[in-house]
Amino acid sequence: MAGGADLTIAEARDALAKGEVSARELAGAQIAAVEAARPLNAFITETPDQALEMAEASDARRRAGEAGLLEGIPLAIKDLFCTEGVPTTAGSHILDGFTPPYESTVTANLWRNGAVMLGKTNLDEFAMGSSNTTSYHGAVESPWRRPGDNRPLVPGGSSGGSAAAVAARAAPGATGTDTGGSIRQPAAFCGIVGMKPTYGRCSRWGVVAFASSLDQPGPLTRTVRDAAIMLGAMAGHDPKDSTSVDTPVPDYEAALSGDIRGLKIGIPKEYRLDGTPPEIEALWQQGIDWLRHAGAEIRDISLPHTSYALPAYYIIAPAEASSNLARYDGVRYGLRVPGADLTEMYENTRGEGFGAEVKRRVLIGTYVLSAGYYDAYYNKARRVRSLILRDFTEAFETVDAILTPTAPSEAFAVGEKMDDPIAMYLNDVFTVPASLAGLPAISVPAGLGASGLPLGLHLIGRAFDEETLFRTAGVLEAAAGFDAVPQFVADGR
Amino acid sequence: MAVDRATVARIAKLARIRLPEQDLDPLAGELSNILTWIEQLSELDTEGVAPMTSVVAVALPKRADEVTDGGYPAKVVGNAPESAHDFFAVPKVVE
Repeated sequence: MAGGADLTIAEARDALAKGEVSARELAGAQIAAVEAARPLNAFITETPDQALEMAEASDARRRAGEAGLLEGIPLAIKDLFCTEGVPTTAGSHILDGFTPPYESTVTANLWRNGAVMLGKTNLDEFAMGSSNTTSYHGAVESPWRRPGDNRPLVPGGSSGGSAAAVAARAAPGATGTDTGGSIRQPAAFCGIVGMKPTYGRCSRWGVVAFASSLDQPGPLTRTVRDAAIMLGAMAGHDPKDSTSVDTPVPDYEAALSGDIRGLKIGIPKEYRLDGTPPEIEALWQQGIDWLRHAGAEIRDISLPHTSYALPAYYIIAPAEASSNLARYDGVRYGLRVPGADLTEMYENTRGEGFGAEVKRRVLIGTYVLSAGYYDAYYNKARRVRSLILRDFTEAFETVDAILTPTAPSEAFAVGEKMDDPIAMYLNDVFTVPASLAGLPAISVPAGLGASGLPLGLHLIGRAFDEETLFRTAGVLEAAAGFDAVPQFVADGR
Repeated sequence: MAVDRATVARIAKLARIRLPEQDLDPLAGELSNILTWIEQLSELDTEGVAPMTSVVAVALPKRADEVTDGGYPAKVVGNAPESAHDFFAVPKVVE
């Protein structure tokens, strides 16, 4: 594609530094790519004017000798991050007309580092979903198709618009948020890299809350190097988020040494599930062999409470969601549906403003927190969460990182798995345990499945040891040599 | 745990979500399935295990008790569906 819309973040950064391309030219090319990707419905709001304005300011800064980490790099922003003066929907009807008067810390960090905003990407409503089909603004289509089959596929979720935009070359990178797998699973489905940092690494301030003890922003990119660069610009301590951790942000890109000799990689036996497609088992084994050949030491480990992670998650996340979403009452922002009195106004607003999956989770959350059930469900789940964290803590006494598949299947067609909420929840079976334990994890595209769709490998690391993850992910990426291109891109859009 | 139609109506009331009558039965089925699936946690002995309160072991940070922000009421109510005199406006509550 002309003008650099196919460049990765690292390539664009180098081309900008050498003066081969200007931020203005790069933004122009990327805006055209965003327009070309409209059939995918990956964006809720495009911000081309703002992109050009920011790019011109970036070029001016560069001329003045002040280039940030992401100077002139165009990015897409999940529409869960509040952006000053740009509508923010969270994929929900209930935030109709909401234009934040403030900027989220993560996006403010990106702009301070010189990045340029292309627009706000589509997502499952309030980030609740694994297929990006629950958005009030319509489903997102993956840029991938099964060869010889023209049925639209889901990009995964909830950061489905971000993943589709990056895979379709509409943006070299995008922000996502991950509560139970919402960065990693869509990254795997779309054949890109998705990184969920340690809980506390990135500020949640200004990110529309789903489940506050689990939510964590992170990058979606086409390469591991790009994820390392982008996370460095997103992360950092923020006094406005009391769970943001005050610890220095390392130079993640410098961690990409390619050398994992002597590193100990754990293979958890509990992640071998009945019914996992053979090609996912095979890819996992391939990943083990790649790491072993690179000099890592492979160890079988046990995470005995793994199978309880998903049911515990479906108590904790809805419980927190029911509490967080209580703020949508038709009074301070967004949709208001009138009623005869205040209570009826609340009920009408929330009845009309929330979609089916959000209602389902708020109702589950309300139920498990209600009198008489709080201990049996909510406290029980929090105890199980302690056991899951303990499993990981014990495993990390003997290994440095853990390798698993990212998702138990490849992408499915729009409309599949829609009738059974639990079948949909199972998409996150391999990603949820690390979320509950607050650990960093990354998905790397590693191969194609039986029907020609991307599959990801998943690495879980110690808290605040994103560097080991990036280093190991870089080795996996180099060994896999994943260079398949989505049909949407191969067909020239 | 099976949830019936009346329970769905009760928790919807608690959650302040109006549900059309025809949604109650399907939701009772869906919520029952989810809760039954969640029930597998009861197999686990969690006696003596403390509930996890925080994923990061840090003391909650405190700051000085002073006003650090504010003074822009128009911005605060700028997104309100209805406002008057820099206040959020709601239907009449007190007769």
